Amino acid sequence: MTASPTIDPPFLEVRGLKKNFGGFVALKDIDLKVPRGKFVCFLGPSGCGKTTLLRAIAGLDPQDEGTILIGGRDVSHAPPSDRDFGIVFQSYALFPNLTVAKNVGYGLVNRARPRREIEERVNDLLALVGLPDQGSKFPGQLSGGQQQRIALARALATSPGLLLLDEPLSALDAKVRIRLRAEMRTLQQRLRVTTIMVTHDQEEALAMADRIVVMNHGVIEQVGTPEEIYRRPATPFVADFVGHMTFLDAVVTGPRSVKVGSLDFVVAEDAGAPVGAAVRLALRPEAVQTRGVAPDALNRFEAKVGGLSFLGAFCRAHLTPVAGGSAPIAADISANAMRDLGISEGEVRAVAFPPEALRVFADARP
Amino acid sequence: MSGAVEAMPAVSPRAAATRRFAISETQVAGLMIAAVAAVLVLIIALPLWALLSKSLQSVDGRFVGLQNFVTYASTPTLMASLVNSVWVAGLATAIVIPIAFVYAYALTRSRMPLKSVFTAAALLPIFAPSLLSALALIYLFGNQGMLRSWMMGASLYGPIGIIAAEALYSFPHALLILTTALSLSDGRLREAADAMGTTRRRIFWTITLPGARYGLVSAAFVVFTLVITDFGIPKVIGGQFDVLATDAYRQVVGQQNFPMGAVVGIVLLLPAVAAFFVDRRAQKRQTALLSARAVPYEPKPDRQRDAALFLFSALVALAIVATYAVAAWGSFVRYWPYNLSLTFANYDFAEVEPTGWGGYSNSLKLAGLTAVLGTTLVFVGAYLIEKIKPYRALRGFAHFLAMLPMAVPGLVLGLGYVFFFNASWNPLNVFYGTLTVLVINTVAHYYTVAHITALTSLKQLDHEFEAVSASLKRPFWTLFGRVTAPICAPAILDIAVYMFVNAMTTVSAVIFLYGADTKLASISIVHMDEAGAVASAAAMGTVIMATAIGVKVLHVALTALVFGRLQRWRRR
Ligand SMILES: Nc1ncnc2c1ncn2[C@@H]1O[C@H](COP(=O)(O)OP(=O)(O)O)[C@@H](O)[C@H]1O
Ligand SMILES: [Mg+2]
Repeated sequence: MTASPTIDPPFLEVRGLKKNFGGFVALKDIDLKVPRGKFVCFLGPSGCGKTTLLRAIAGLDPQDEGTILIGGRDVSHAPPSDRDFGIVFQSYALFPNLTVAKNVGYGLVNRARPRREIEERVNDLLALVGLPDQGSKFPGQLSGGQQQRIALARALATSPGLLLLDEPLSALDAKVRIRLRAEMRTLQQRLRVTTIMVTHDQEEALAMADRIVVMNHGVIEQVGTPEEIYRRPATPFVADFVGHMTFLDAVVTGPRSVKVGSLDFVVAEDAGAPVGAAVRLALRPEAVQTRGVAPDALNRFEAKVGGLSFLGAFCRAHLTPVAGGSAPIAADISANAMRDLGISEGEVRAVAFPPEALRVFADARP
Repeated sequence: MSGAVEAMPAVSPRAAATRRFAISETQVAGLMIAAVAAVLVLIIALPLWALLSKSLQSVDGRFVGLQNFVTYASTPTLMASLVNSVWVAGLATAIVIPIAFVYAYALTRSRMPLKSVFTAAALLPIFAPSLLSALALIYLFGNQGMLRSWMMGASLYGPIGIIAAEALYSFPHALLILTTALSLSDGRLREAADAMGTTRRRIFWTITLPGARYGLVSAAFVVFTLVITDFGIPKVIGGQFDVLATDAYRQVVGQQNFPMGAVVGIVLLLPAVAAFFVDRRAQKRQTALLSARAVPYEPKPDRQRDAALFLFSALVALAIVATYAVAAWGSFVRYWPYNLSLTFANYDFAEVEPTGWGGYSNSLKLAGLTAVLGTTLVFVGAYLIEKIKPYRALRGFAHFLAMLPMAVPGLVLGLGYVFFFNASWNPLNVFYGTLTVLVINTVAHYYTVAHITALTSLKQLDHEFEAVSASLKRPFWTLFGRVTAPICAPAILDIAVYMFVNAMTTVSAVIFLYGADTKLASISIVHMDEAGAVASAAAMGTVIMATAIGVKVLHVALTALVFGRLQRWRRR
């Protein structure tokens, strides 16, 4: 699985990686390429093996089988100290008995550099993460967000080729988290350091990453840009995990058409299954067209509006086709549309599914 | 501002490869773990193996299977000691546990005043050799006792004296376990019961007691084991009443019948091993009982209950403090009880004991060396076991060895040392009778508690420190020196003080191991008492107690300093 077609050799390459814990398979045959200078997110539900993969790349918990290349060098069996990476953990693991400056300079001292040079470097790094005057404090005297940035500065101190981040934001409250997302992203783009961040928060991954690696049960489900992952999820798992997705039971009626209950829908892509096969039709709530539906629009049908809930910028509604034969379909209607169209509970309206917004998945359920 | 940051060249990871012929950090860790494991094998496993194998040999070293055990079981005097030991230990346990439980209850579940004074008073026996309580009882109730009439004609020298002295000596050990058990139980249950209007009596029987039952079982086993394996008290106050511990001493030191001594040692091992497993089980249950959201119980004031518990605790504390105070007082008295004028004459040990004050300086040397070397070994060992990732099997093995001494009473370990370090085939027998053997024996004897203390404090550190340090290309020993050890300084100090105090007071293991010029203070107490110089014996006991308490006070002061000045980072 390639992150994208690149001419350059990838900075990090993982081939056939396997890892078991006792009888439990944590990683199944992972193949991955990360281009130089990109920000990659490992995204997946908790327990899917993201941390295990990250730690194998770092050499902290070596894999059972497989190869890891960093910068073209085979480091599969190298100890962590021989792998050229910086790492930030969810706990930050700042040394509580050392000052902020000593924490940041921890990796610099053994390089036989003059003390003044180290001090300068530490000051530069603290300025870089926006905490220029905090060097003499102890980590316990800083807020969570500040601690996170110190951990980042420490990880960057030795100018590693690879920056590894394991849920670096999840211990912070929502506001700080969103601010730091942007800061970290800007910093990464400025330094152009190849970065891998583990997260279970799809919003975070969509906001920060150049490439997202969606994982589940120890396998990679899909690799792509945030846009690709969101618009063209490769599997029902990805579709369900990233963003909200409604699944409808459908039957294939032609190369580009399916039937849900008594409603016929045209899809933009090949259904990929023979006529008569049971499939699942998926679409995002925000893709449901509720306003300006032309009488001859494709995939138009009448539906009853129910279960309206106000979610701020939009309303989530549950549409039940008047013709029946389908589960309720979630649809997001913008606050503007709500106001302009005066949509109310129980009303019957014409809606439509744009064919290009519909995805067809083989019905893999037992 | 940040130009320099971006310009900084990445350091080539290949730099490390040029050190190809040097030994890698992981290999250093492996060698260190192997070294710790080897030391533990030498100081724990091999002596125990020597004990076990000796019990299956005849006096001249032939393998005789269980013959010695058969002989043991068919020798009436030996079996009588076994019976004596069991009922004395059982009775002492039955007396100590309820008292310690109520005392612990008062400390944890009441609002009585002066709790810290009561805690300190109850812990006093830990700072003295076990036989000091026996000496004090002799002053009070012995043949020349001040309160001899209280005995109503019965003799102190025998089971009565042993049980009373052992009860005093083992009290703090039971108390520590029970206060922990009681402070662990969940306050929410109590509050719910209060809210439902449950009567106090019902709360006690349905919530408090069941909550502490594992602690009770564990404390009972610990006390039973302490009493049945204690040598000093029966030696001093037992008279003609033989118990297992004095038998072991007589068989080995008196009759040089090593195999029979080994059999007695193995018999003594049984309750301790049982206690070990019961305790492990109890600890697992205890923690399971305490859910993550459990809240500590905050007792509400209750005048009547608090007054009753205060009275009870005051009586117990007074009994303990008074006993040890009498021993100290007696050591300054010219001729107990006929001439109570005070004197330092009894502290002129050379009058009654060839080694004089030499025993005390030997004890100081032993305690100092044990504290320094033992703490270093324990802490470094615990660090390697807890924080190094590879070498799982080896680490597991080292941990197992570190946990073993918990199940081995000092007396039994001492026997093992005799058989191992005194064996003619063993090149290490040159150390027999030297300070070296005393030090390693004492380190081994107290290894487990120190190891658990070290592990507990290490487990509180972030598990990723090692990973961070490695990612910054700094070896684990740098991390250990700059971060781990400084953070754990209070625990390291605890371990050192624990080792020091126990090395000062121990008798049971070292009684088999000292040599002509390495006699210890605690052993000279036994000898002075044997020679009839009870006041000098009490004097030496008092010196030991004063030293141990002094070190403890120093510890408290130093801890305050460490937390206050040197560990500024702990302040928020
Ligand atoms: N040291 C370990 N021993 C046993 N199982 C482990 C260990 N580490 C992780 N696992 C299991 O492997 C799976 C993947 O874990 P992890 O990589 O931490 O997941 P996440 O995607 O949440 O980071 C989980 O089911 C976890 O329970
Ligand atoms: Mg994780």
